[in-house]
Order: sequence, then C-alpha cells, then structure tokens
Amino acid sequence: MISTDSDPTNPGEDGRTHHLDVYERRWMIASVALLVVFAASVAVAGFGLGFQVPGHESRVDPNTVADSPPWNNPGLRDLGNGEYEVYVIGRQYLFEPNEIRVPVGATVTFYVTSVDVQHGFKLQDTNINMQIVPGHISKLTRTFEKAGEFPYICNEYCGLGHASMAGSLIVEAQGG
Amino acid sequence: MLTQPRTYQLDTSQKRFISYHLVIAVIALTVGSIFGPLQSFNWGGLDLYQFLEPIGLGDYYKGLTLHGVLNALVWTTFFITGFLTLTTIVGLGRPLKHPRLNWAGFITMAVGLVMAGIPILAGWASVLYTFYPPLEAHWGFYLGLTLVVVGSWIEGYGFYLTYYQWRKENPDTRTPFITFGGLITMVMWQLATIGVAVEILTMLLPFSLGLLDGTDPQLGRTFFWFTGHPLVYFWLLPAYISWYGLLPREAGGKLFSDSAARLAFWLFLLLSIPVGFHHQFVDPGIPNSWKLIHATLTYGVAFPSLLTLFTVVASLEYAGRKRGGTGLFGWIRALPWHKPSVSAQLLAGILFMFGGIGGITNASYNVNLVVHNTAWIPGHFHLTVATAATLSYMGISYWLVPYLTGKPLWKPKLAVAQTWFWFVGMLIFSNAMHVLGLLGAPRRTDLNSAPYVPEEWSGHLLRVSIGGAILLIGVILYVLIVYKTARGKDHLPEGEEIEVPIAESITDPQLTPMWLDRWRPWLVGSVALIILAYGPQLAQQISNAQFTSPGFTP
Repeated sequence: MISTDSDPTNPGEDGRTHHLDVYERRWMIASVALLVVFAASVAVAGFGLGFQVPGHESRVDPNTVADSPPWNNPGLRDLGNGEYEVYVIGRQYLFEPNEIRVPVGATVTFYVTSVDVQHGFKLQDTNINMQIVPGHISKLTRTFEKAGEFPYICNEYCGLGHASMAGSLIVEAQGG
Repeated sequence: MLTQPRTYQLDTSQKRFISYHLVIAVIALTVGSIFGPLQSFNWGGLDLYQFLEPIGLGDYYKGLTLHGVLNALVWTTFFITGFLTLTTIVGLGRPLKHPRLNWAGFITMAVGLVMAGIPILAGWASVLYTFYPPLEAHWGFYLGLTLVVVGSWIEGYGFYLTYYQWRKENPDTRTPFITFGGLITMVMWQLATIGVAVEILTMLLPFSLGLLDGTDPQLGRTFFWFTGHPLVYFWLLPAYISWYGLLPREAGGKLFSDSAARLAFWLFLLLSIPVGFHHQFVDPGIPNSWKLIHATLTYGVAFPSLLTLFTVVASLEYAGRKRGGTGLFGWIRALPWHKPSVSAQLLAGILFMFGGIGGITNASYNVNLVVHNTAWIPGHFHLTVATAATLSYMGISYWLVPYLTGKPLWKPKLAVAQTWFWFVGMLIFSNAMHVLGLLGAPRRTDLNSAPYVPEEWSGHLLRVSIGGAILLIGVILYVLIVYKTARGKDHLPEGEEIEVPIAESITDPQLTPMWLDRWRPWLVGSVALIILAYGPQLAQQISNAQFTSPGFTP
C-alpha cells in the first residue's frame, strides 16, 4: 500500500522521491507492535487473571432503593468461609455505613449505590475504585491479607460538602 | 519540486475578524487562569478564597467551574476557530466564501459565552465543566454552552463552503496541508459534539427547565464522553497543524513527510470518537466487553500520535542539521530556541511526550482502577490541553499577534522566558499531581477541608502550589506580552511584513497518494466505526433508560 525504498543511509534529504521514508515505516511497525502488546496484556490481565473493572450489575430506582432490603440496612453481611458482602449507600455528603470492620483474610464484595447525585468510591491503597451512579449498583471484590485501616473516600465531585465524604474500612488482626 | 508561491495576505477586515476570536480567547484564559493557582494554593494549605468572598467568588467549586469552562472550553474553542479561519484562508489563498456566515457563527459563540457565563458567576451552575447529571445547573448554562458549540459549527460550514469552491477549481491539487488539517479538525469536532448536543437538548435542557422530572445519569455520562474524548483531539489537532505545517519553517527546516502527516490526521478523524468508554472503565452501567473494545480502539488512536512524534521530531532534526547541528543530539541545541514561538512549541512537545505516556496508562482498562478520578487525571490533562495545546497556542500567538496587528512582538526575550515559566511550572505541578494520584488523592476536591489527607501527601501538595505559582507568573507574562504587542505604538518597519510561516514538505505533496486527500472513504469509515463501537451499547442504554433521578443543585 505504501511504497518505500528510499536510501535508508540517507534519510530526510532533499530530493527524496518516495513519499514515505523507510525509517518512518519501521517506526510505524514498531508502534503498532507495541500497542498490540499493550492491548493483549490488559485483556489477558482483565479477562484471564481476574484484574477486572466493575461491569454492568443491576438497576435500581434511586428514589426508593434505600427503603427495601438489602439497602434499608446498609453494612456488612458475613456469608461464612471468610466471604463477606458489604452494602454501601452514598449520599450528600456521607457513606452509610461510615465504618466497616472485617478480619484479616476476609474476601469482601462491595456493592455501592447512590440515592442522590454521582459519587465515587475509592478504597485507599487498593484497586477498589468505582464510579457511583444513581440508578446503578457498582460492584468489586477484594481479599484483605493484612491488618490495617483503609479510608474510603468520595472521589467524584458531588456538591459543596464533597471533601468531607469519607469512611473507613478496618481490617482487624485475627483474635483481636 | 514546487516552488512556494508568496503566501496570500489577509486584508484588514479578515485580520480583524480573527483578532476578535483571540481577544475573547485571551480574556477567557486570563479570568479562568486566576482560579487554577487558587486551587493549587488551597491544596498546599493556603486558602485565599476567603478574600474573594466579598465579590462572590469565595466558593472553591464555582472557581473550579470557571477554571474548567473558561480555560478548557472557551479559550480553546475561540482560539481554535480563529486559527482555523486563518489556516483556511491562507492555505487556500482565497477569502472566505461567505464571510457573513462566519460572522454569524462567531456572534452565536459570543452570545452563548455570555449566556453560560452569567449563571456560573451567579453560582447557579457550579457543576464543573463535565456537568454530570443529576447535578443541575441553570438552563442558561446549558443553552449558552450549546450556542458556543453551534456557533463553532456555523464557522465550520463557512470553511467547508470555501474549501468546496477551491476544490472545484483545483480538482487534482493536494489540499494545502494547514487547510487540510484544519478541515479535518472541524469535521471531527462536528461529529464528536453530536454526543453532548443530544445530551443537552434531549436530557439536560428539558430537565433544567422543569419539563422532565428526572434524568438518567449513566446515559448522560455516555453521551458526554462520546464528545469528551474527541474534545481532547479538538484541542490538540490545531497544535499538530502548527507542529507539522508551520513549526518546521519557523525552525528553519521542512516537513519531513507530507504523507505521514496526512495519514495521522485521517486516523485522528477515524479513531478520536469511538473510544469514549475509556473514561467510563469503572462505571457500573456498561458491560466489560464494550469497555475492552474501546480500550483497544484507544490504543489505536495512540498510533497517529506516535506517528506524529516521529514526523515532527524528524522535521526538527532536519532543521537542526541544516542550521549546523551535528551528532546524535547536537541538532536539538542548534534549533532556534531564541524564538519565542519555537521555544514554546518545542517545550510543549517535550511535556506532551509524558502526556502521551500517561494517556496510554489511562487507556489501559484495569490499570485505570489505580488512577480513575484521582489527581493523576488533571495532572495528565494539564500536559495535554494545558501544555501541548495551550503552550503551543501561546507560541502561535507570538507570531500571529504581530501578523494580525502589524506590530513587532513586545520584548521577545521575555516571551522566551514566559515559555520556560510555563514549562517549569507545569513540570513541577503535573509531576506532583501524578504522584498524588497514585497515592490516592482525589481530583476536583477542596482538599484543604478534607478529613482524610495523610501526612505523606503534604510535600507533593506543596509542590502543586509551587507549580501553580510559577504557572500564574507564566500566564500573567503571556497576557502582558500579547496586550503590550497589540496596544504598542511601534509598527513594523516599512516593507517588512510578517508571513504565515507555512512549511514546505521535503517531498512534493503531489507525490502523496490521492487516497490521502479524499474525504469520502475516511468519512464513511469514521461514521461506520462510530456506529460499530457505540451503536449496540447506546441502543441498549437508550432502550433501558430510566429518567428517575431528580436534580440536585450543588
């Protein structure tokens, strides 16, 4: 498609008669190869190794979601075998609940929704980072191997009190 | 080899028309840029908003809305439409076919600006420049923004009609590169803004007027990002026109490859739009498979940027060697760094390499979990819109303002210093923002009043402030230089004219194959790809739309 047989030892001189330089063509091939490697890497990591982003979960009515189970009682559910679910409601300008305690080793699935505007849910120092959109449920799972305190903060502008919207996940050492 | 004919000279009325665009652009930049440093000082612990309270500007988020709208939307759109008017007229060597049409477009934009500006200043539209529903602004804000966009479309129609006439008379000539790039920029913009136009006209405007009780925030996001990503290319492509089509001449060289430059522009038309879900990787309402498709296409649009890197650097190397530069890097030193316009664009290009790397990071699907809505993101786009685009526009104005006014640039050495202030300020600011993002700091947040800021962030927050202060000096100097040039008493000496620095290509543009100068296949391809990448998912979101979210005024 693209002709290129100009003298590779003398690129970029006046008098070139072909419209595309040989180095330019090599650069193009290398660029495409690099981008293909990137795309393949994230696809394998996401769909093969489980480093996944939130997907489509389910729809709710933001006006009534907080009235019926499980959202009328936000917080932690112990499913046994170290598995937990936590339901979090975002509203201007707080999270319900604003404190969650789990033991070390817990695998926690976060379900988050909003009853008013868009919020963010970012669990600091982890890859739990979700856009919270009224009418939708955002879901991600993570296992906590170390004890410690992880703040969760709203990272989408939601109004004047946005900066104060935060909570805390506490991973407790076993027996403690 | 074709010899370059003498460039077409604009008459006074044409120069004045373009100048009005620049006047509004620079005023918007001036006002909007006051608030950026205020935010950066707030992050460093110095809250100056209390002193602005008496004039009604004491609100962090009102200031943030002004900064985003005026700098990212108004400064850019007015500068770009003015600049593309120039690339159309000068490139084709003929006046606009219907100057009144372009005037109508410009006036529409200006009316829209006033209409959107009033509610922002009144505090009725502190919804930031992304105006995510169900945050609700005054209807004047939405209508005003719509008029700015529609006005830019009308100016675009004026370009098309002028081009169409030229093409009829010159069926076999390659479109002059700067005109070609300008037209593609405008066509891409007109396709891209369909998303936000639909969002505003069918959802937000009726919503803010009380005709709809609720809205569907997820659908709104999808329409917004249909426009929101190509918006970045609308900012960048005019800078690319200059880097490919003007800068080589200013640097004393030629465009390395006319074909590669045109191919890059076509690929931007093809790939800028069907990539919007990469802003929505962590959204709940979109299936992961569609997110991955858009991630892949986003890697695709990185290709023409990589191509640009090669061609622009090769053109500059050619210039540097012609100027006597030797060795692997000697040609860089040999470039005319003493010219403010060249210095600005070289520095913009250097920082943009980091912007490109960060952009590929953002596009990387699950990697986005680390950076979404963190300070990394504004750190990133201050390298793209606020440096690659803005610093290049500043560089362009260092020859454009003298060209339009017939007056010499005021203090060229100070203008060179100005470009370095911007470069150094942005280097510090942007690096600190990227680091803060990786540490988890949220974007667009009044951090001075946030309860969760750990000690670990404080050094970087201070660097954000320092960078902001240097950038403030940079913008003050820029406005001062432009003002002093335009209002200066000295005129250029008799017989000395400034020409638009149109770069020749090393290869004769007529060697460029005709398929790189034909609209139909690329337009059809672009629309087809948009339909493939957006159609099914958009149809799904529209058919499942639930207009149940009531509005909230921030």
